[in-house]
Amino acid sequence: MPVRLREGLAVLALGIRTEPWVFALAMVASVGFAAGTVWSAQVVGQVTAEVIEPAFRTGQVNRQALAVGAGLLVAVALLRAVSIAGRRFLAGVMQFRLQARDRRAVTRQYLRLPLRWHQRHPTGALLSNANADVEARWAPIAPLPMAVGTLMLLVLAAASMLRVDVVLGAVALAVLPMVVAVNVVYQRRLGPIAGRAQALRAEVSAFAYESFDGALVVKALGREDAETQRFARSTHALRDANVQVGRVRGLFDPVVEALPTLAVLGVLVAGTGRVAAGLVSAAEVVQVAYLFTIMSFPIRAIGWLLGEMPRSVVGSRRVQAVLDADESMPHGELRLAGRDPLLVEATGVDFGYEPGTPTLVDVALSLPRGRLVALVGATGSGKSTLVALLARLLDPDQGEVRHDGIPVTGLAHGEVPAATAVVPQQAFLFDDTVRDNVTLGRDVPDEQVWAALRRAHVADVVAALPAGLDTMVGERGATLSGGQRQRLALARALVRRPRFLLLDDATSAVDPDVERRIFDALRSSEHTTADAPTTLVVTHRPATMAGADEVLLLDGRTVAGRGRHADLLASSPRYAQIVRAYETVDDEAEVLVRGAL
Amino acid sequence: MSARVVDRDDVTAVATIRRGLALSPQLRDGLGVTLLLALVATAGRVVVPVAVQQTVDRGFGAPGGVDVGAVQAMALLAVVAVACTAASAYAMNVRLFRASEAGLAELRIRTFRHAHELSMLTQQAERRGSLVARVTSDVDTLSLFLQWAGVYLVVAAGQVLVATVVMAVYSWQLTLLVWVTFVPLLLLLRRMARLLRAAFLRVRQRLGALLAVVSESVVGAPVVRAYGVEARTARRIDEAVDAHRRAATRAQALVAGTFSGGEVVAGVATGAVVVAGVLLGVDGGISAGALVAFLFLVTLFVQPLQFATEILNEAQQAVAGWRRVMAVLDTSVDVPDPGPAGVDLPGGALEARFDGVSFAYPGGPDVLVDLHLDVPAGSRVAVVGETGSGKSTMVKLLTRMVDPTAGRVLVDGVDLREVRLASLRHRVLLVPQEGFLFDGSVVENARYGRPDATQDEVWDAALDLGLQDWVASLPAGLATSVGQRGESLSVGERQLVALLRARLADPDLLVLDEATSAVDPATEARLARALERLAAGRTTVTIAHRLSTAERADEVIVLDRGRLVQRGHHASLLEQDGVYARLHAAWVRRGGR
Repeated sequence: MPVRLREGLAVLALGIRTEPWVFALAMVASVGFAAGTVWSAQVVGQVTAEVIEPAFRTGQVNRQALAVGAGLLVAVALLRAVSIAGRRFLAGVMQFRLQARDRRAVTRQYLRLPLRWHQRHPTGALLSNANADVEARWAPIAPLPMAVGTLMLLVLAAASMLRVDVVLGAVALAVLPMVVAVNVVYQRRLGPIAGRAQALRAEVSAFAYESFDGALVVKALGREDAETQRFARSTHALRDANVQVGRVRGLFDPVVEALPTLAVLGVLVAGTGRVAAGLVSAAEVVQVAYLFTIMSFPIRAIGWLLGEMPRSVVGSRRVQAVLDADESMPHGELRLAGRDPLLVEATGVDFGYEPGTPTLVDVALSLPRGRLVALVGATGSGKSTLVALLARLLDPDQGEVRHDGIPVTGLAHGEVPAATAVVPQQAFLFDDTVRDNVTLGRDVPDEQVWAALRRAHVADVVAALPAGLDTMVGERGATLSGGQRQRLALARALVRRPRFLLLDDATSAVDPDVERRIFDALRSSEHTTADAPTTLVVTHRPATMAGADEVLLLDGRTVAGRGRHADLLASSPRYAQIVRAYETVDDEAEVLVRGAL
Repeated sequence: MSARVVDRDDVTAVATIRRGLALSPQLRDGLGVTLLLALVATAGRVVVPVAVQQTVDRGFGAPGGVDVGAVQAMALLAVVAVACTAASAYAMNVRLFRASEAGLAELRIRTFRHAHELSMLTQQAERRGSLVARVTSDVDTLSLFLQWAGVYLVVAAGQVLVATVVMAVYSWQLTLLVWVTFVPLLLLLRRMARLLRAAFLRVRQRLGALLAVVSESVVGAPVVRAYGVEARTARRIDEAVDAHRRAATRAQALVAGTFSGGEVVAGVATGAVVVAGVLLGVDGGISAGALVAFLFLVTLFVQPLQFATEILNEAQQAVAGWRRVMAVLDTSVDVPDPGPAGVDLPGGALEARFDGVSFAYPGGPDVLVDLHLDVPAGSRVAVVGETGSGKSTMVKLLTRMVDPTAGRVLVDGVDLREVRLASLRHRVLLVPQEGFLFDGSVVENARYGRPDATQDEVWDAALDLGLQDWVASLPAGLATSVGQRGESLSVGERQLVALLRARLADPDLLVLDEATSAVDPATEARLARALERLAAGRTTVTIAHRLSTAERADEVIVLDRGRLVQRGHHASLLEQDGVYARLHAAWVRRGGR
């Protein structure tokens, strides 16, 4: 058996094992459908024999038989209708339940697996796994009950036809293997061609995406015509691939249509012969012909099922890869005590995203309780990585990070997030109200929320929103500027009164004066100095560096210097060089850029 | 004033289809012949009922006993008919595919072109990916729909038509009876169509919500972990998954019910036909064979109608997609090209002039107010100002990305609105802040400035800008791939490639919106030098974010709240107690010196 078919059947088997009761009910409905189909042909034969023939022969109508015949026709139609409705509905129920299960399981994995795993997988792929791939995996479930029902129908119909007359039955059934074979060959031929069309669609899409992303450059250089010509090339290739699909379909569809017709013609010819020889009645010939006619449409369900399989196998592999992933960050049982600002230390920390390319080597540092430390380094020097390691979003390859003297790997699950707050560079807002974005669902009184918003200097913005704290923000909500989003993310961190606060260039879109006031407020009389969190700020603003209690220089993949800003300027030429580079940039223009555009 | 791409929800499906066909005449190419072929193809469906009728009447019911020969002859004819209809079906399929794909391909290309022609404001008002979807997935939905459901729709319609004709030939009374029996089904379908539409819309909405919340677990993974809100996120996802499943199940119930309604009606129709047919038949109104054939013909009615409800959802999506594509074509171009009627700019360094120019964004206050400014040919001008002073607007006006709401912008004495756009883009170049690069090599990106440039010319340009050392330091020199959006290079390096591109484009008026992101000192130095060399021999207007740029300019233009407040050389402006002095002081202060 070809691998694809085996895998496809395995997916179906998994689906059936997962939802056995729904499938069983769908099968009951399928039986009804199969039996009803065969029965309706029998009724037609009966009506022909007992009502139509005699009436035309004798010129007299047997009213009772007529009424019974008509009644039976309606009854059997009702049986078929109910069965079909049940089968379709249950097929859908099964498909949607399987999809829902997978979506929940896949997203559970996303929430469970450590950040390290996430970084190895592109966002687009993960989103596709949870949606399109899940859908593709269970796509064959939709025609499955019908296909199984059709198989049952084939068996019942074969039995029925052979019972009526062996020869007629054989003539009709001879076509069946051909029909199945044609379906299979068709799917085989269509598969790669449809796949090519799909790939070209993706190509066209990628080109258009890039082209519109760079629309300003295209416009500025007056390259609209050239771009359109290149686009036309991909588009025409797609068009040709689609026409190819049409050609294959055009070839096979008529054949698939014609085979049952030819079979019926054969039945009629052979049947006439048998009737002439007195071996079979005319009504029986009609019965076999009718049965074959109403069977020919359901047979295509097998073709549909086979057609969905390749996509299903691909989707299933991708989904299973996520479900099988098994990485975790170790946790212990220890808890952090007290509410003082944390003492954060790191010793001998090595980290690399890829084996062989280290990002950080032998990093050692100590952040004293309640101090504001600035982290400075050139672009790409590993600052964000260090932030992630200190906040235990990543674990180092070597070495150890300690909070209050306890290695973070020994802390119980949830201890670090409870005491630590990270504000990343790109503020992420949930599709939620302002309040929920700040409290993250925790029970926090509104006054505390407003207090946090004030400390982040974004309270006036929120107050001006149409529904204040209840305004929806996020992808489909109110549009906030970059700087406003950052300050909202900051409020989210502050409202928890963290013991360790990390700001990864989190005020880059905020006006420098406002930023200074935020930092001052962090250490103002609102808390006593003992309460101000231990704060690590990644920055490239010399003013912030100057205002920090201490500066850490990250260079050459390790901590290359520490001390007060003025002291470092004097003692470290590298530090001086970096600071000078940052000085020549107009900070305010950055505000313009990030905030307005 | 600014055009937006507007999606009209109130346009009916029929109107959309009519408009769509008008816009894409290739879709109608040879439609008559195709429909004829479709008719012939669907005739194949009635071969069986007719053959049955012939067999019963002329075979079984032959006066002299069962006539096998007649049936055999008829069967032979039928086989020929089947072969013809199959060939016809093949031809019809191929023609349909060719016409529809050709039409859709042209629609895609036209829409793509028009989307690029739209003004910068219109483009930027669209959400990222929205324009892309219109030339890709919306057209794809339509194409896939036509491929699978569309073809079948044509065939189904033909089937009903041909079946009706044959039935009418056998007995018009029974034909009428069949149609009458099916009328309730049609009415039911009309009612169900509305319910189905609403149900499927709800499913799509729930799916959208589901996708949004799933993305929290992916895109928001760091935040979720940092704040330990995994449980809350899981709960929200569960709710969304369940809501979607329930909506889908409900829609499925409607589909299943509608579908089976057709079966019941078919049963009733068959029963009615038998009763009426027998009663008619005994009076000689219809032959036995014809009556039996009717039983077969009724089955041809049910499938098309059931199919229509099946594909209703997809049909709606396809039409909606078509509408969205046409919405782009309907959007007007704010900054129209005067075309051949326009003037071409002469060669050589250009002078620019703002003559009483004001500009306001649609629905907003004036961002620039009555600007009068002369930029002499060949000069280097730096534009400075605080947030909202109108600097970037000035630059957009100068490169005709937008048109002024009052006054004129002139280059070499010609109003920009009268200059042929192709000539304008050739002579005046805007280098935006973000160094956007296309996925390709350095030399490919550089050639975007001048497509016919040879490798040597690109290298010469690099030399000219002093970039030869940097190019040599790249893994594959000029052939180095820059990655998607230039991500293989650092931010500063992307700017270098953008400048190289600008050098090849060789404009006579260069308008630069200086990049502001922090870059490493080495690249910073290279950028400064390249900019210096690039500015030589052409008029350069730069929005300055570096102190050094203002210091080295021939003239500094200071804008404040949309007005020109100061102009002159850096040194003389410093002595004045004005906006520039304030700005300069802030620059120095922030530098931490």
